[in-house]
Amino acid sequence: MLELKNIHKTFNLGTINEKKALCGIDLHLKEGDFVTVIGGNGAGKSTMLNAITGVWPVDEGTISIDGVNVTAVTEHKRAEFIGRVFQDPMMGTAANMEITENLALAYRRGERRTLKWGVTKAERVHYREELKKLGLGLEDRMSVKVGLLSGGQRQALTLLMATLRKPKLLLLDEHTAALDPATAQKVLELTDSIVEENRLTTLMITHNMTDAINHGNRILMMHAGNIILDISGEEKKNLKKSDLLQKFAELAGVQEETDSVLLS
Amino acid sequence: MALLGYFSSLNPLNLLASLPGNIAQGVIWGIMALGVFITFRLLDFADLTVDGSFATGGAVTVVLILAGVPAPLALAASVAAGMLSGLVTGLLHTLLGIPGILAGILTQISLWSANLLVLSGANRAVNVDNYKLIVSLRNVNSAIITATVIVAALISILYWYFGTEQGSAIRATGSNPHMSKAQGINIDSMKILALCLSNALVALSGGLMSQYQGFADIKMGQGSIVVGLAAVIIGEVLGEALFRKRMNFWLRLVFVVLGGVIYYLVIGVVMWLRMPTDLLKLLTAAIVAIFLAVPYLRAKAKSSFALAGKRGAQKDA
Repeated sequence: MLELKNIHKTFNLGTINEKKALCGIDLHLKEGDFVTVIGGNGAGKSTMLNAITGVWPVDEGTISIDGVNVTAVTEHKRAEFIGRVFQDPMMGTAANMEITENLALAYRRGERRTLKWGVTKAERVHYREELKKLGLGLEDRMSVKVGLLSGGQRQALTLLMATLRKPKLLLLDEHTAALDPATAQKVLELTDSIVEENRLTTLMITHNMTDAINHGNRILMMHAGNIILDISGEEKKNLKKSDLLQKFAELAGVQEETDSVLLS
Repeated sequence: MALLGYFSSLNPLNLLASLPGNIAQGVIWGIMALGVFITFRLLDFADLTVDGSFATGGAVTVVLILAGVPAPLALAASVAAGMLSGLVTGLLHTLLGIPGILAGILTQISLWSANLLVLSGANRAVNVDNYKLIVSLRNVNSAIITATVIVAALISILYWYFGTEQGSAIRATGSNPHMSKAQGINIDSMKILALCLSNALVALSGGLMSQYQGFADIKMGQGSIVVGLAAVIIGEVLGEALFRKRMNFWLRLVFVVLGGVIYYLVIGVVMWLRMPTDLLKLLTAAIVAIFLAVPYLRAKAKSSFALAGKRGAQKDA
């Protein structure tokens, strides 16, 4: 479903702040894969996601989604294939538009914006059903401006918006990091059920190792712009936090006591 | 004594007589304010093109009418000229990466030259006796009615447009560009569309104004952005006060135009008080600054460091 071949990206090339953010990433995601990504600050996790969504063009390598080479495709056109949830709950929704309007915008992802009416009656019924599934009571507040919702509610809504029109790829960039633990748990449960129900190919970045182990069928560890560990199947199921820390120490060539690098 | 003399010299009848004229001007400027509303409120883009495109609308209209073109067609041409001005600002901003405010200023400055060329001078008069004009201060009542009908049509069109997929995409772009891109919206196109639409309205307003006053002048657009903002903000404050949460999009548009009317009524009173007209722009800027500052200061009054300190001190005591 997703194919990254030898992706390179360097920021501020030729300046004192030059930073090799991605150093030849190769990654292949099968349809229905739910992959969690861990790694310290500056490991290249978000950079990899940004490369896939097309925030900027990559320096080298190719990106294909479902067999289509999208390396030269701009961000808003790639959006046709990709559903995204950001770390910042403010980023995924339009604060001064209604819940319904936000959903209607998301429902038209990848389509031309025509002069047809922005939200149809049939859509409202459909959105109501979908909002009910979130279990947050948002179905009764559909004409409320999104800016009035809490961070957790906005993140749940963003998740729904990202998947309302089934994406070929769902990208979650630490989407629970800004939430309190209970809300984060709730949003993660929603994530699991939505991904499972729609059998979505998913890439989820997280800072929480336990979450990374408990969710998905495959785990990637990144360090210094490379994928240094890739575990799936049975091995992933039996994985423990201590194993991960040990592996990180071995592979990244750092001492175990500096595991804060991974946890931070 | 001097003060008494001043007040006794003011004739309330004069104020009354000037009211209709001010209302007509206010409605015509209200169209301009609708344009400012689109960029300033919906797109979140302070577009300074309007000082130029307002005069462009006036210049194109007058020159074409003088050349024998029927007034409605001349107005249509000025709308097109306004769109073109918006397009230039939009391309400067999106294609060439020039910051929004600067892009607007660059277009505004170049329009000054363009308007001089169009007018072949600093101003051109068009006499209502020799040409069939849509509005004229010679017949203020009919001008008010005509302008109001045009405004009603424009508000209906805008209400419809910003409810469509495209209009929603423009509003989303103004509200959250990150989210818009993630939802597949081409935010550059949306910005250009909104700038074209906004400046089309501004030029239409300029075209009507030039007919109303009977001439187009190179300086007629100067400071119009501030007048437009004043109308938008006065309308919002008034609308919120009267309708509070029931303020929907429809009412917001209506109140933008009402803001323009109120602005010109205030100007009328100021003139009636025989305050020096040189001070008009200063006064307008002060009004806008005050109305922009009030919501901010109100919020601050509810939660400020000084207040927090006081509360803390009370608890300790």
